[in-house]
Amino acid sequence: MNPLSPAEWEALSLSLRVGVLSVIVSLPFALGLAWLLSRARFPGRILIEAALFLPLTLPPVVTGYALLVLFGRHGWIGEWLGQIGIVFAFRWTGAVLAACVMGFPLLVLSIRVAFDMVDRRLERAAETLGASTWRRFVTIVLPLSSRGIVAGGVLAFARAFGEFGATITFVSSIPGETRTLPIAIYELISLPGGEGGVQRLTLVALGVAFAATLVAALLGGTLWGRRQHD
Amino acid sequence: MIEVALHLEYRDLPIDVEFAASARCVALFGDSGAGKTTVLNAIAGLVRPQSGRIVLDGQVLFDHASGVDVAPAAREVGYVFQDGRLFRHLSVRANLLYGAHARRRPVAGLDRIVDLLDLGSLLGRRPLDLSGGERQRVAIGRALLSQPRVLLLDEPLTGLHREARVQVLEHLRRLKQELGIATLLVSHQPDEVAALADEVVLMRAGRTVARLDVVAFVASQPPVRNGIPA
Repeated sequence: MNPLSPAEWEALSLSLRVGVLSVIVSLPFALGLAWLLSRARFPGRILIEAALFLPLTLPPVVTGYALLVLFGRHGWIGEWLGQIGIVFAFRWTGAVLAACVMGFPLLVLSIRVAFDMVDRRLERAAETLGASTWRRFVTIVLPLSSRGIVAGGVLAFARAFGEFGATITFVSSIPGETRTLPIAIYELISLPGGEGGVQRLTLVALGVAFAATLVAALLGGTLWGRRQHD
Repeated sequence: MIEVALHLEYRDLPIDVEFAASARCVALFGDSGAGKTTVLNAIAGLVRPQSGRIVLDGQVLFDHASGVDVAPAAREVGYVFQDGRLFRHLSVRANLLYGAHARRRPVAGLDRIVDLLDLGSLLGRRPLDLSGGERQRVAIGRALLSQPRVLLLDEPLTGLHREARVQVLEHLRRLKQELGIATLLVSHQPDEVAALADEVVLMRAGRTVARLDVVAFVASQPPVRNGIPA
């Protein structure tokens, strides 16, 4: 089988960049929300939980359209952001935003499970030793849930790497800018003589996705029910 | 000097406790389920009484009437839990220093505590590699190095085999002699109480029923049968 063409490399490289950056950008928000859902009891919590899973349950094209309405050039937030030089529509940054939204539920869910599995009695012990909430989070909760956090990050990366519907709706397909690997596959399918490219990129996508889920399973295993830190 | 007057219901057991003690080591003695640990938790701020008042060295830690409820992290108590609750992801040394770092105080007395508790050979090890007695000695050292105003010992010898019990008890006696820190000991073992306490508060079914000096307490108990010297 031929090696990847420059355009295919470009799509692969963009998807990898989008996947990694989306996890980096999402992680602080995911940690904060997972902490709230795991530890805090407040009115409206159930609504937040339900809203969190919307990107998983909505058709991706609807999520993409919502992003367009919110972050498009004339969108509710996008217009305001545009005035300070931040543009998402039809830019690779928009693909990152779409990937963030689509991977966020997986990231939060995985981290939340990891937080839930941390022995609360250790946090109480730290509290009696004078540790503030922040210090307990940093010195006890984060280290003891690190495997689950990394596993969630890998899963979210895999989700972002394979993101298609929301991305193409929000940022379209611009070679070198927003044409990610799944979008490239989709376009090659409808192109006469594109079968070779489709097969190569499909194999790459399969390899990345399988490696990511394997790493997630080996690291945390929380979503598969195995306890951490046995 | 500690003054405790509190009422709370914990797992359907109404607890009404009132005592004031100025002895160096005071024991709360009673059968399992008498509410002793709950009293200790209330002093540490881990359980909130429904009413009452807790005063330590003249500082009000809790007063239902005036709404005072000092956060556990600010109470400056050194709590040694029955199950140790060492931070398994940290070395013994890091466990020992946790409280001083959390309270942002210079580490004071590390060498002395390490010496008194024979922890020198354990400093680089992880809690999972320690025996039960070693873990409990580290937990005692960790509580002491947080520079507390009172040491709260919750059944510190429970679950240890006979040899470890004798060792830890001997270490506790040395600490009492050398450091003279105010200590509140919870126990249902008369021999522990006889070996460590100066005063004994008897608890039964959630209530304080008597307060004795240790000589009167020993006289009121059947002969020691488990071989630990009083």
